[in-house]
Amino acid sequence: AAGMFLRLLADVQWRAANPKWRRMTSSRRSTSTTAEPHPLPLPAQAQVVICGGGIIGTSVAYHLSKMGWKDIVLIEQGRLAAGTTRFCAGIVSTARPVSIELKMAHYSNQLYQQLEQETGVQTGYTKTGSISLAQTQDRLISLKRIAASLNVMGIPCEIITPKQAVQLHPLINIHDLVGAMYVPEDALVSAANVSLALATAASRNGVQIHERTSVSHVTVQKGHVTGVETDRGRIQCQYFVNCAGQWAYELGHSGEEPVHIPLHACEHFYLLTHPLKEPLTSSLPTVFDPDGRIYIRNWQGGILSGGFEKNPKPLFTEGRNQLEIQNLQEDWDHFGPLLSSLLRRMPGLEALQIMQLVNCPESFTPDMRCIMGESPTARGYFVLAGMNSAGISYGGGAGKYLAEWMVNGYPSENVWPLDLKRFGTLQSSRTFLRHRVMEVMPLMYDLKVPRWDFQTGRQLRTSPLYDRLDAQGARWMEKHGFERVKYFVPPGSDLLDLDHSKTFYKPDWFDIVGAEVKCCKEAVCVIDMSSFTKFEISSTGDEALESLQYLFSNDLDVPVGHVVHTGMLNEKGGYENDCSIARLSKRSFFMISPTDQQVHCWAWLKNRLPDDSNVTMEDVTWKYTALNLIGPRAVDVLSELSYAPMTAEHFPSLFCKEMSVGYANGIRVMSITHTGEPGFVLYIPIEYALHVYNEVMNMGQKYGIRNAGYYALRSLRIEKFFAFWGQDLDAFTTPMECGREFQVKLEKGMDFVGQEALLEQKQNGVYKRFTMFILEDHDTDMDVWPWWGEPIFRNGRYVGKTTSSAYSYTLERHVCLGFVHNFDEKTGEEQVVTTDFINQGEYEIDIAGQRFQAKAKLYPFSSLFTQRRRKDEVELSGYQRE
Amino acid sequence: FYLTPPQVNSILKANEYSFKVPEFDGKNVSSVLGFDSNQLPANAPIEDRRSAATCLQTRGMLLGVFDGHAGCACAQAVSERLFYYIAVSLLPHETLLEIENAVESGRALLPILQWHKHPNDYFSKEASKLYFNSLRTYWQELIDLNSGETTDVREALINAFKRLDNDISLEAQVGDPNSFLNYLVLRVAFSGATACVAHVDGVDLHIANTGDSRAMLGVQEEDGSWSAVTLSYDHNAQNENEVERVKMEHPKSEEKSLVKQDRLLGLLMPFRAFGDVKFKWSIELQKRVIESGPDQLNDNEYTKFIPPNYHTPPYLTAEPEVIHHKLRPQDKFLVLATDGLWETMHRQDVARIVGEYLTGVHHQQPIAVGGYKVTLGQMHGLLTERRARISSVFEDQNAATHLIRHAVGNNEFGTVDHERLSKMLSLPEELARMYRDDITIIVVQFNSHVIGACQNGE
Repeated sequence: AAGMFLRLLADVQWRAANPKWRRMTSSRRSTSTTAEPHPLPLPAQAQVVICGGGIIGTSVAYHLSKMGWKDIVLIEQGRLAAGTTRFCAGIVSTARPVSIELKMAHYSNQLYQQLEQETGVQTGYTKTGSISLAQTQDRLISLKRIAASLNVMGIPCEIITPKQAVQLHPLINIHDLVGAMYVPEDALVSAANVSLALATAASRNGVQIHERTSVSHVTVQKGHVTGVETDRGRIQCQYFVNCAGQWAYELGHSGEEPVHIPLHACEHFYLLTHPLKEPLTSSLPTVFDPDGRIYIRNWQGGILSGGFEKNPKPLFTEGRNQLEIQNLQEDWDHFGPLLSSLLRRMPGLEALQIMQLVNCPESFTPDMRCIMGESPTARGYFVLAGMNSAGISYGGGAGKYLAEWMVNGYPSENVWPLDLKRFGTLQSSRTFLRHRVMEVMPLMYDLKVPRWDFQTGRQLRTSPLYDRLDAQGARWMEKHGFERVKYFVPPGSDLLDLDHSKTFYKPDWFDIVGAEVKCCKEAVCVIDMSSFTKFEISSTGDEALESLQYLFSNDLDVPVGHVVHTGMLNEKGGYENDCSIARLSKRSFFMISPTDQQVHCWAWLKNRLPDDSNVTMEDVTWKYTALNLIGPRAVDVLSELSYAPMTAEHFPSLFCKEMSVGYANGIRVMSITHTGEPGFVLYIPIEYALHVYNEVMNMGQKYGIRNAGYYALRSLRIEKFFAFWGQDLDAFTTPMECGREFQVKLEKGMDFVGQEALLEQKQNGVYKRFTMFILEDHDTDMDVWPWWGEPIFRNGRYVGKTTSSAYSYTLERHVCLGFVHNFDEKTGEEQVVTTDFINQGEYEIDIAGQRFQAKAKLYPFSSLFTQRRRKDEVELSGYQRE
Repeated sequence: FYLTPPQVNSILKANEYSFKVPEFDGKNVSSVLGFDSNQLPANAPIEDRRSAATCLQTRGMLLGVFDGHAGCACAQAVSERLFYYIAVSLLPHETLLEIENAVESGRALLPILQWHKHPNDYFSKEASKLYFNSLRTYWQELIDLNSGETTDVREALINAFKRLDNDISLEAQVGDPNSFLNYLVLRVAFSGATACVAHVDGVDLHIANTGDSRAMLGVQEEDGSWSAVTLSYDHNAQNENEVERVKMEHPKSEEKSLVKQDRLLGLLMPFRAFGDVKFKWSIELQKRVIESGPDQLNDNEYTKFIPPNYHTPPYLTAEPEVIHHKLRPQDKFLVLATDGLWETMHRQDVARIVGEYLTGVHHQQPIAVGGYKVTLGQMHGLLTERRARISSVFEDQNAATHLIRHAVGNNEFGTVDHERLSKMLSLPEELARMYRDDITIIVVQFNSHVIGACQNGE
């Protein structure tokens, strides 16, 4: 089938490209081709071994060699560009909802455009543009959101009417369309030839390419890659890059120390036709009809059309299977719904003659984003795979970022959304992956509204209180496999309705969350926050303190029982993690960080704690259930349960103490709530969880206690201008940029990671500033709600994007958090952002193409809240007197 | 006015019946997994009958469809009685003696058959005594004739068919003092019925056929596709051998008048049948019986009418043709159906539809474009049709119902068309017969594991 396809899709280009490639490689490197039965032996050692000769592997080789690394061997089990790359539909599309993906696609497009000139290999690059169609108003909103972020990046893009769409592509049937998005610079390429061009350039730069060579496994010693075993011998190396596409999971598991690369293959179909009577021009735009689940591009005068069906066919669940490979046949019945959709979109194609239905497996990941980065357990083991069928769009950019990562220690952009370390072993079960990718593949074209969540692979990690909370109406969302409560549906509410609150507008849980927020403000609420990552770090001597003082920016040499908010910064002062650390004793610390930090933070600390020290670190995430008691009455509940005074005099804020609650002893109580509201978090050994929860709920009754969920928490923390790592903060944000200088102790008597960068920022100022925006003329009931990623305009000019948003029930306004930059009007260069710069601007936030006035603030409304609370307390006490 | 899909379903499912052979120790040791049967009337009342029973004193299962004509009396009688005649014919001498002794001494009788009946499949209570006496006479004769040889199934089937037809004829000639019974036996004898009966015992499948109902074996080929093997010969004018046989049995002078307009003596479609004494008795006998019979019989123009060119009776026989087939693992099912099915559907389609139904359509042949010139529109039509086929499968829990749905509702593409189905089912009684015949279907599903094991054991 592959051979057949080669003839079909890349006929002309291949013949043009291949001799060139062969001549060059055989003269210089003599790699194995069919013409040469005796391939050159593999080198005994190399700095880097890349496994996989598809678009991704060749892109990594290309960029590494461009950045000056020369000692690179690329190994391909078959022929270059003969796997998924060969079958790729060749559409380079930049309209991506995730910012980093958008940047990768944009870079890829620019790279491919000049690749032919650079390498002499014909890539078939044609700028056709693309039209994304909207059959519904909601789809149009999502297109408008993408258009807004493309425009501020300087990528031409416009929202057009159906009539304009049909002018761009006369075959489109527009009777069911409400609008469309036109991206004029999207392109088509021959993916295989792009890959060959990249290989050609890499080869010129000294990369050795060996085809028909299989990697059997990677050897790791003392947590570091040492070499690669192949069917043609061993290569010693410092770096290994797994670009094995759909085989990356298996390859990751082939070594003694498994590297978990959670991806799973699904069959993917597209159709090729003979040319139309009047052949389509090669510049005709590509059409995406996500509501119809299909894409359509011109192909040699005819069309190429595929899609993402509702009922995908996962394969290779049990690993590479010869039978399954042979069974990769055209499945017309499976393709039927997509064909219906195609003919509905372009009825004029009825008489067009079919050439072939291509079945090409693609690999998908648990969260629809690709997998990039270094293994948390094997240093020097890098991965770039799981392209979710966008390998050609991302290939160039992804290869660049990975090369930067390897050469510079970190890429030039925040790639956390793609980082391998966002996953752990828990996403590595084949059953989980099989089920999840069956959801992910249709999701590619499903409408994604705010707060959408995955439905498969759920209830994996749960709190011991899960059933109790569920029985009380909890609605759940998932983070890193952990079930967390969104909100509680009060008894008697229409449950079905609430499960369908999928909208860009005001959701139907609005009042429910409002009531929870009110209770947090006026009485007390319990939120189960057990998902937080929890580490204990201790040592026999002072090593723990010394190491942590070096690794964290705030001063941890505090009295026992104090809690410190601190960043775990990188050399550039950026947040690798944002955590709360309690000093349990002179020599032991309890560290709380975001849920999805479990793998990343562990690896970061492991790699930086001195090897031979007696510092021990333990992941105790699973040992504790965390209950967050938020609200002015939390203090009353807790003191009644513990017979201990909990008032501020006895238990000041940012304090930690082991105490008894009810019958249970050894509960770590911390006076923090992650919201800015008064209250405590109780870290409860799991066997006591139910007991403590019951005691708290019983005792809390007279104080008006109720359950609450993360939506309430979110509203509270955003109106209090609290930044969350992973949402607002990332490795490219420093404490100085988000108003957290007070959490940095620049003069703590010893050096710490990122200190220099912070000192420099302190002196020279920051180039972006975390800012809070209150939407002024936004109608909560009628207007599209902000989400995140909305462009911010200052005096009409783009200055940055929002990172999170929530409705503030106190302010009765929407609050958006985001970063403000100061781009030079002429050069676009970033300039220092001062307080004045922030304060002296008129701001607007662009939500799906509509701009709303916003008031910028650098500090939360502390006065307003205190006033309010006092007033409420009066009301509450008045109520109790009656 | 159209019937809604639920209304259509309630009509189609009114007579459906399914039987699963019970398992022993978690294993089904029978070569039959079970059967589905159903009937759709066109006549009012329906003239088709069906029967299914397990032989209790010998091994094996009996299934049959009976297509009545000139009323349903004969088909009804045959459906009640034939399996007893067959079962008795198969019984060994000792068992026959035992039964006779039990009857003689008034002891409880060994059960001979276990019936698998739909509630609408009634047995005549009034005639049971009469029928029993005739049957007893038959086994008494068998006891007297004791040949000592083991019973051959083929022989038994032929004997049973002939003997029952003979008894029907005799009972009508003798009459009965009870006027109701007297009229009944006459109606049975003067109406007619074809019969297509299967006897399955292990890998031995016997089909005994009299008339134009048909038995068809569904065979799954190695590539998963379905093919049909017919296991009976139609006894009608389309069957040259049958025409030849009739001509051989009568003088040359009658050659031209024997078969006219594809009918026996220009009147009867099936060339073999039970009852139909008008084609079996001499003119004198017919006249005598009718004259002495009840008034209702005398008033009936049809019974009084003597076929033209009626010179050398009998012209009709109930003797079946028996075909023996050794079941193979690829033989997945057997369809017994009256001509109402076969005149609307080709056997190949029947094999495919039932086969796909029973295997859950997973074996629907994949479509490959290959070198063919196919347009997107054509492919789309083809796929839509295949999807419709699958969806109609899921509606039915009974293979026979599914087949009827296709037989009545199929459009030119071989797809069930609800509109057509609705029209056909809402025809008024008097019109229904013009567009379709009674349809009766039994689909027997075989147990390939047992059959494979039997084969290997041999």
